[in-house]
Amino acid sequence: MVSLIQRYKSFSHGVHPPESKATTSKLKIRQFPFAPILVLPLAQHIGTPAKAVVREGQEVERGQVLAEADGFVSVPQHAPASGVVRKIGLVPGITGRMTPGIYLEPFPGSSQEVAEGEPCRLESASADDIVAAIQAAGIVGLGGAAFPTHVKLKPPEGKTIETLIVNGVECEPYLTTDHRVMLEQTADIYMGIRYLLKATGARHAMIGVEANKLDAAETLRAAAPDDIDVVTEVVAVKYPQGAEKMLITALLDKEVPSGGLPADVGVATVNVATCAEIGRLLPHGRGIQERVVTITGPAVGRKGNYRIPIGTPLRFALEQVDISDDVSRVFLGGPMMGQALSSLDIPITKGTSGFVAFTTAQTRDDKKEYPCIRCAYCLDACPIHLNPSLLGLLARNAEYDRMVEEYNLLDCFECGSCSYVCPSHIPLVQRFRTSKAVFRERQAS
Amino acid sequence: MPTAPKTLEIHTSPHIATGASVDTIMRNVVYALLPVCAFAVYVFGLTALVTLTAATLSCLLAEHLFCRWRGEASTLGDWSIAVTGVLYGLTLPPGLPVWMIVLGGFIAVGVGKFLFGGLGYNAFNPALVGRAFLQAAFPVAMTTWYPSLGAARFTALPSSTFAFPFATPTYDSISGATPLAAMKFDGDITAATDLVMGLTSGSTGETSSLLIIVGGIYLVARNMMNWRIPVAILATVFALSGGLHLLAPESYPSPVFMLFAGGLMLGAVFMATDMVASPMTSLGCVLYGALIGTLVVVIRLWGGMPEGVMYAILLANAVSPHIDNLVRPRVYGTGEQESS
Repeated sequence: MVSLIQRYKSFSHGVHPPESKATTSKLKIRQFPFAPILVLPLAQHIGTPAKAVVREGQEVERGQVLAEADGFVSVPQHAPASGVVRKIGLVPGITGRMTPGIYLEPFPGSSQEVAEGEPCRLESASADDIVAAIQAAGIVGLGGAAFPTHVKLKPPEGKTIETLIVNGVECEPYLTTDHRVMLEQTADIYMGIRYLLKATGARHAMIGVEANKLDAAETLRAAAPDDIDVVTEVVAVKYPQGAEKMLITALLDKEVPSGGLPADVGVATVNVATCAEIGRLLPHGRGIQERVVTITGPAVGRKGNYRIPIGTPLRFALEQVDISDDVSRVFLGGPMMGQALSSLDIPITKGTSGFVAFTTAQTRDDKKEYPCIRCAYCLDACPIHLNPSLLGLLARNAEYDRMVEEYNLLDCFECGSCSYVCPSHIPLVQRFRTSKAVFRERQAS
Repeated sequence: MPTAPKTLEIHTSPHIATGASVDTIMRNVVYALLPVCAFAVYVFGLTALVTLTAATLSCLLAEHLFCRWRGEASTLGDWSIAVTGVLYGLTLPPGLPVWMIVLGGFIAVGVGKFLFGGLGYNAFNPALVGRAFLQAAFPVAMTTWYPSLGAARFTALPSSTFAFPFATPTYDSISGATPLAAMKFDGDITAATDLVMGLTSGSTGETSSLLIIVGGIYLVARNMMNWRIPVAILATVFALSGGLHLLAPESYPSPVFMLFAGGLMLGAVFMATDMVASPMTSLGCVLYGALIGTLVVVIRLWGGMPEGVMYAILLANAVSPHIDNLVRPRVYGTGEQESS
């Protein structure tokens, strides 16, 4: 439904799930205690896993590099606490599968002071210096993608970046980390923007904030510095407004070409929490040791936004917030795109923006699947303007090549809007994930 | 002390849904049709009640039996067959022998729905398939109109109601011609107010345009109907017949008459909008509606029959998949874009 009072910028199509943010959006970020053991997978990011540079039994300082980046599309891993490296071997990874990693046991009585490295000085650093410093700080997309941030800052050959877009949309229901970061780390965000403008060569920056966070937009506007060209733009509350392409369209009225990158329209986008972390860490030469996580959902007793050491096991985190006995589903990220967990032994990693726990009351929905009745709800929902109904039928018939070649399957970024609206309860987005996987596998072979 | 949960459910995202469901949509279509049904009973009396009940029950029964025959769970729960049944009843002339109604109901469900593969696969609106069969098999019975607002309508049923199967039914009351037949064969134009209010002869449900529009608005407001289809149909009929009326007022009826007479309103709002048998894109729906509107005007004014809504919709149903194939939405980031 279009707001009759004020029309904010947006994209066409999309859905309006209940926001479910009211409880945690007002709660200040609180510091989390250290768990008895921290679990640090070496692959917390997209790309090549980091390489361990410590040995078992070694005592490490908080902030010390435990594993270094292995190539350009890779980031190092810093110690989230002073402690002892207990074991280097297989640890539970984010997908639940065992993956190479490090077990770190924090010293119980340590003052936990942070080791600092070489600061990256904004005035003297070149664009390449800043890109290198961002990599050295172990920074990845904190919005959930966990793609190494430094990789997307350098425009591809022949392209220039005009605009830096800082993504403070946070359109996933339940999540409020970006909201709190915008309110509480405003100065860090602007410092981050200074670094990012210099690194990308962008002329100006735009911060996109969804209209359900007007307090954040006001705070940002009130604190806007004069030395850089930066504006805060409010965009309509609509899912998936926070998707890179949708935000670019809303703010600049441009479309990222199919199969292309934001750089093709002169844009680099960075999540607002990532930007704040850059502004917080680079002046001190520190690396990421913790991140803000929203823990919420009906099964959580003490909902909130917590600054949690990387590697904290989920089970420990959930015990701290009084998880209900009736919990039946926990998923990483928001309810639209979040991945349901099969185990609570997985750690909180750099890409964990939040997790939501449902009780049986929310999941008792053994909804019957009906045949597609061609209602076209999914066509009106799809932000990419695909025909999910037809793609769903093609997927069922295993016509993967047609899905890709004729109906642009690969443009689907799996936002889940089609499944969300489907009155026949067809798991459309799941079919598309599978179809893409099969298609890519066939291409590779 | 919190304990570890016994089991964690694995489920693919999204973990929430709108709550919309096929059965909810279908049930609401039935609700939207109830005022139309009630008004039909008011206008035609007991016979309309018998027609509607027989039509609905025969469709429900047919659906149930076909499911059992195919060894599948009964699909009565999705309410789609209730929509078909009620719509089918509303297309029939009151006073139609019950055995014909039941036969047509089985054809509607068997040929119109199950032959194509059941819900979601019917190429044509099943209710209209049933009616088309009856129209072809029993043309006389299907064009014998029971008079509206008869004095004894709440106390007596026409004798044709329980006519013996395959015997020629006898009709006791000489029925009034429908407004369209009166226009076509006698050159009489019924007053517009009577048409809008629905106080005329005709099929059970094609009387009150007002209540049909109210039902349509209810469904559009609940996002259960694509408003573009009825709007495109009605606008096309209005524009085409309006143009002809301006050119030759003595040969062609006024566009207002064309809009409110016969089955156009019921067809435009409730028949053409069958989600399964209509196109999916907005532009496709407009083209589909324009096609129906054009066919209605052509059949009514130049065809051999006074009414053409049913055939117009069935023909457009057949074209609908081709419209979807032709009109595809432009995918984000492809095709023409504003230069950046």
